[in-house]
Amino acid sequence: MAQGLTRVPVREQNPKVRATNFEEVCYGYNKEEAVEEAKRCLGCKKPKCVEGCPVSINIPEFIAAVKEEKFDEAFKIISQSSALPAVCGRVCPQESQCEGKCVRGIKGDPVAIGKLERFVADWARENGIKPEAPAEKNGKKVAVIGSGPSGLTCAGDLAKLGYDVTIFEALHKAGGVLVYGIPEFRLPKDRVVGPEVENVKSLGVKIETDVIIGKTVTIDELIENEGFDAVFIGSGAGLPKFMGIPGETACGVLSANEFLTRNNLMKAFDESYDTPIVHGKKVVVVGGGNVAMDAARTALRLGGETHIVYRRSEEELPARKEEVHHAKEEGIIFDLLTNPVEIIVDENDWVKGVKCIKMELGEPDASGRRRPVEVPGSEFVIDCDTVVMSLGTSPNPLISSTTKGLEINKRKCIVATEDTGATSKEGVYAGGDAVTGAATVILAMGAGKAAAKGIHEYLSQK
Amino acid sequence: MFKILEAEQLSANVYKQVILAPRVAKSCEPGQFIILRVDEHGERIPLTICDYDREAGTVTIVFQPIGVSTNKLVALKAGDSIADFVGPLGHPSDLVTDDFEEVKKKKVVFIAGGVGTAPVYPQAKWLHEHGIECDIIVGARTKDILIMEEEMSKVGNLYLCTDDGSYGFKGVGTAMLEKLVSEGHHYDLCVAIGPMIMMKFACLTTKKLGIPTVVSMNPIMVDGTGMCGACRVMVGDEVKFACVDGPEFDGHKIDFDQAMKRAAMYKTEEGRRFLAFKEGATHHGGCGNCGGDK
Repeated sequence: MAQGLTRVPVREQNPKVRATNFEEVCYGYNKEEAVEEAKRCLGCKKPKCVEGCPVSINIPEFIAAVKEEKFDEAFKIISQSSALPAVCGRVCPQESQCEGKCVRGIKGDPVAIGKLERFVADWARENGIKPEAPAEKNGKKVAVIGSGPSGLTCAGDLAKLGYDVTIFEALHKAGGVLVYGIPEFRLPKDRVVGPEVENVKSLGVKIETDVIIGKTVTIDELIENEGFDAVFIGSGAGLPKFMGIPGETACGVLSANEFLTRNNLMKAFDESYDTPIVHGKKVVVVGGGNVAMDAARTALRLGGETHIVYRRSEEELPARKEEVHHAKEEGIIFDLLTNPVEIIVDENDWVKGVKCIKMELGEPDASGRRRPVEVPGSEFVIDCDTVVMSLGTSPNPLISSTTKGLEINKRKCIVATEDTGATSKEGVYAGGDAVTGAATVILAMGAGKAAAKGIHEYLSQK
Repeated sequence: MFKILEAEQLSANVYKQVILAPRVAKSCEPGQFIILRVDEHGERIPLTICDYDREAGTVTIVFQPIGVSTNKLVALKAGDSIADFVGPLGHPSDLVTDDFEEVKKKKVVFIAGGVGTAPVYPQAKWLHEHGIECDIIVGARTKDILIMEEEMSKVGNLYLCTDDGSYGFKGVGTAMLEKLVSEGHHYDLCVAIGPMIMMKFACLTTKKLGIPTVVSMNPIMVDGTGMCGACRVMVGDEVKFACVDGPEFDGHKIDFDQAMKRAAMYKTEEGRRFLAFKEGATHHGGCGNCGGDK
């Protein structure tokens, strides 16, 4: 193959070994590898990659700095646009964003933008480089609800503009899905997420954990009694969906949110933590998204034979290709074109199997995907002792139901303008999964960025 | 961190702590609960609010040490702190939120079992403060595990029962209720709070007596905000999340047998961790799980 067509490969943990531990799968580039990969960037005048990035990082410029081994300069360039580069470099679906637009990708591999971003962020952390705090405060207070990707981004941007920002988080740890949802082996908590949150705090952002907006205090009270001039809602989409099939409340049936929260946030896989987890001997994960892959790979690491049950075919799996590939390498079994119809339980109300029906693909539906249709009489039972339901999530109605004048749509999502995040209530902005329903980390960050701009414009005129 | 202002032993196996948590104290109502985490390695456990002082910014919890977390908690003294204390969670009691004129017309009887006495207290106290008289039946196995007799007697007509007859009426709380009804007492509503098995039998009795009954469910919880569904309970034909839809439900619609099986879901896992906690460095597979060679 001609030189420059293939990307510098990234070192990974051996699949057989990593299937038994919670260490990070991908080791990332070292200095030499990063510089070599950076040399593949053509430094386009009109860079398509930047268009593909929801927070518009100046990609050619930071890669040029990497090429010249000016890593601190590269970090500064990324930090102008992103507050969470070590996270995004790891979990963004680059193939459909920046890397999907890279001209190198037309003939050969696109430049490994995500891995380079990750390298720069990891290098900055290891060398103690932090983003710079603003010189002056402007005396205005903004409350940010939720410390997930949208909230952290919005808070970081507002702090850089001189606002006095407080993030309110319901859980005991900041990070949202970064700490409770995405597993340790894809996104290390103490090593990567923790320092990234600390970076946002070093910009002057205060984080108050253990505060549930809508219960502990309402948005109206924050504005009326605590002197906040504006509010950003980044409360995400955290309510799990269940199938509504018989037997779903049996012992051993968990939502992916519960299963992952026990493992990631509560560290149930580690004996020195108090939270227990079911170590299933044979686990069925229902669903085909990234969360399903995370749950399945977690169950596998806890020692169980793990199956993914999905009603469409491999082609339609909504999960990232890389995640599906990793799951297969580790030994996850895919039962495709299969849909559960009933959970079968034993005399103690524990799961002993899932009754499934075979599916075939019919005509494309409104979303353009071929609709799965049941094959009559094809029911069969998969024996198992644990079932993890990973069917998606929806926004929690707690905030919308306790805030006067906040409009929501029929999917319980908060209605907000895309470019400014403005909601139907003056001074209240929203973004991320709370507005769009479950989407990606980087889209939530983009929305947090847009809302920070919207809030700044609003408060500047006030 | 949340500071423990008072720590007190109420009976042979029940403890009370007063926690400084101004935000929770300001917004909580009877019937709601909190979730706490003792330390950085701790799990999140739900406990019902027993009392609160909005001025002082304190919330009172009452608990029974049964596993790792509650035993860790009991070991803490006044002046110590716990890592996390979040709430209020769940809906307030209907007695507090329903139309007051309607509530006023109701004759309410509470049945409290064991440590369930604690969550009954703020409800009875609320009624008392609003000029509504209620009857309270408090049951315990023996005299030495009865709690809050003095506080309870101030907020309602108190009927004490012990299984062994060591104090008050000899028999369980439901037997006391049947006795009161046979003596001509009439009740429009029963609120039963205690161990799941006690609530189940209370509901069987009140169904027979035709008294609408509310119970406070205490399933396994993780976050307590509706994001995981660990606390799912069957209420009639519907799946409900006790943390956001409850914790109080129509007791006559609850599938208690299933709820009790779900509550035992982590029993062996919990027991194993508790043994490891109790035995500390001397734990060498006494639970039989690691074969002693770890």
